[in-house]
Amino acid sequence: MNDAGKKRYWKEYQKNIANDDYYYARSCIRQNFFPGSEETFLKILRETLGKNVFDDPHQTTCTGIAYHSSIVPQQTTMTVVARQFSLMNEAGYKNFIPSCVTSFGIYSEMMETWGHFPETMEKTKEHLKAATGRDFKLPENIVHTSDIIYKFRNIIAAKAKYKLINKATGKPLNVVDHIGCHYAKIFPEKGLGGAEYPVVLSGMIETWGGKVVDYPERRHCCGFGFRQYIVKENRGYSLSNSKKKFDSMEPYKPDFIVANCPGCSYFMDRWQYTIAEMEGKTYDENGYGIPVLTYEEMAGLVLGFDPWKMGMQLHQVSVEPLLDKMGIVYAPADKYKDVNGKDLGKPLQPNNLKCY
Amino acid sequence: MFTDKLKQDVRFIEGLKACINCGTCTAICPAAQFYNYDPRQIADTVQNGNDTEIEQLLKSDTIWYCGECLSCKTRCPRDNTPGYIVQALRSLSIKEGYYLLSEKGRQQLEIKRRVGDIMLKYGYCVYVDEIETGYHPEQGPIWDWYRANTESILKKLGANYKGSGAGTLRKIDKADMDELHKIFEETGAMEQFKKLEEEGHE
Ligand code: SF4
Ligand code: SF4
Repeated sequence: MNDAGKKRYWKEYQKNIANDDYYYARSCIRQNFFPGSEETFLKILRETLGKNVFDDPHQTTCTGIAYHSSIVPQQTTMTVVARQFSLMNEAGYKNFIPSCVTSFGIYSEMMETWGHFPETMEKTKEHLKAATGRDFKLPENIVHTSDIIYKFRNIIAAKAKYKLINKATGKPLNVVDHIGCHYAKIFPEKGLGGAEYPVVLSGMIETWGGKVVDYPERRHCCGFGFRQYIVKENRGYSLSNSKKKFDSMEPYKPDFIVANCPGCSYFMDRWQYTIAEMEGKTYDENGYGIPVLTYEEMAGLVLGFDPWKMGMQLHQVSVEPLLDKMGIVYAPADKYKDVNGKDLGKPLQPNNLKCY
Repeated sequence: MFTDKLKQDVRFIEGLKACINCGTCTAICPAAQFYNYDPRQIADTVQNGNDTEIEQLLKSDTIWYCGECLSCKTRCPRDNTPGYIVQALRSLSIKEGYYLLSEKGRQQLEIKRRVGDIMLKYGYCVYVDEIETGYHPEQGPIWDWYRANTESILKKLGANYKGSGAGTLRKIDKADMDELHKIFEETGAMEQFKKLEEEGHE
């Protein structure tokens, strides 16, 4: 096949990712549910990759969850987004990197809408000025934080302590990659590989020695659904969509699941526990379930970071089976200890899901 | 009448170009697999522009079933986005007070309290201190353990829980919270929250 033609074809599935000097926009969901992941990301960027990244204390929620559950007007979200950009301008940065996939979708959607309907941009400018006295300029580059890890995946591989390989058998681990819907389904051109061939996670997995599981419901939503999860009565929606994915991936015997969206990682962890408690069903052979990692945790494990300093003890599905398969040296007893080694006591055991 | 009102919402204009009723959105839609919900029908109804039918939609549970995953945006061969159309319909339903006529619509007050109030209190849309396994049993025993030891655990992870300056779960400064509140006032979020509380109470 003509190589130039092939390259041209794939060009539309690529995107520009800034090389350094990032303005980090934190995620509410990631900070609350995976509170070690963002520090892990910053450590990788600063210490492993030697990058400059600014962690601004002045930012707030992007309001994305409220927007998608229809409790705030679009102009509210636009103006909060504009304020975050204004903070980035003030700090002297141009490369905006949100940690949350919902936020990434929100920033992209508001920018797109401003482009299509310039009057909405004018309104936002007026609102921001009136509310805060601020003005703002758009970022020059906006990518999701997982794009940055993807970009530098080879450097990480070169510094890796562990591989995504089963130490006992020497075979690659089977890894399920779950891409948050709002990473590439809203604006396929803004995701690496588009909505059809997203490579952001599979690229990391393969570079670090693993094998990607291609299963029928690979691209199905985790089922968050915003209002469908927030309201207790609606939560069956969320659970059922995750279950559809678990049922579909089970025959491929995944060693773990990794997601770039903090919501997806959280749901796929907790819905396995829920299904185990409701129906006695677990999705691995030994009754522990399939460990679910954030992409920061996956990169951190490869680099040899301590799982308990990355917060992996806060998963409901135990990660030890994966650590053992990878041959990671860790201290099992430190899992439930504080920073000074004081024992914090153990969480209660679920009735059905086995835990370490 | 309703079509004109919907057209004032850019999400409606962006969401509906011309629907050919192919049903691709319904085939991919996670909400359609769980609820009695059909995004194709929604696109068709608003495209037809029949006021009585749109009014029915605005009063129904139907518009509240969408999960806003936006899978339909990727797949529609005519560049429509039923998920955006739904956002415009929901906003109009709230404005007209029709959301009170459906069980799912009335849940907006619950969401306002669980997400809206949290944003105004902490500057985050969720906050560890406010999540209990009673309302969130799926959080599991690990969450109770986390809640019982929040400070010690977050310290070990290098977070800055309730601290000043940058870092995971830091306390957001008053000046920043003030700006957030003012934006909510300026852009109609406060007004909408008040409306949801008042009408929900009645
Ligand atoms: S996929 Fe698009 S064209 Fe087809 S029914 Fe849905 S909205 Fe209409
Ligand atoms: S955004 Fe709504 S209508 Fe579109 S696919 Fe997702 S759940 Fe269905």
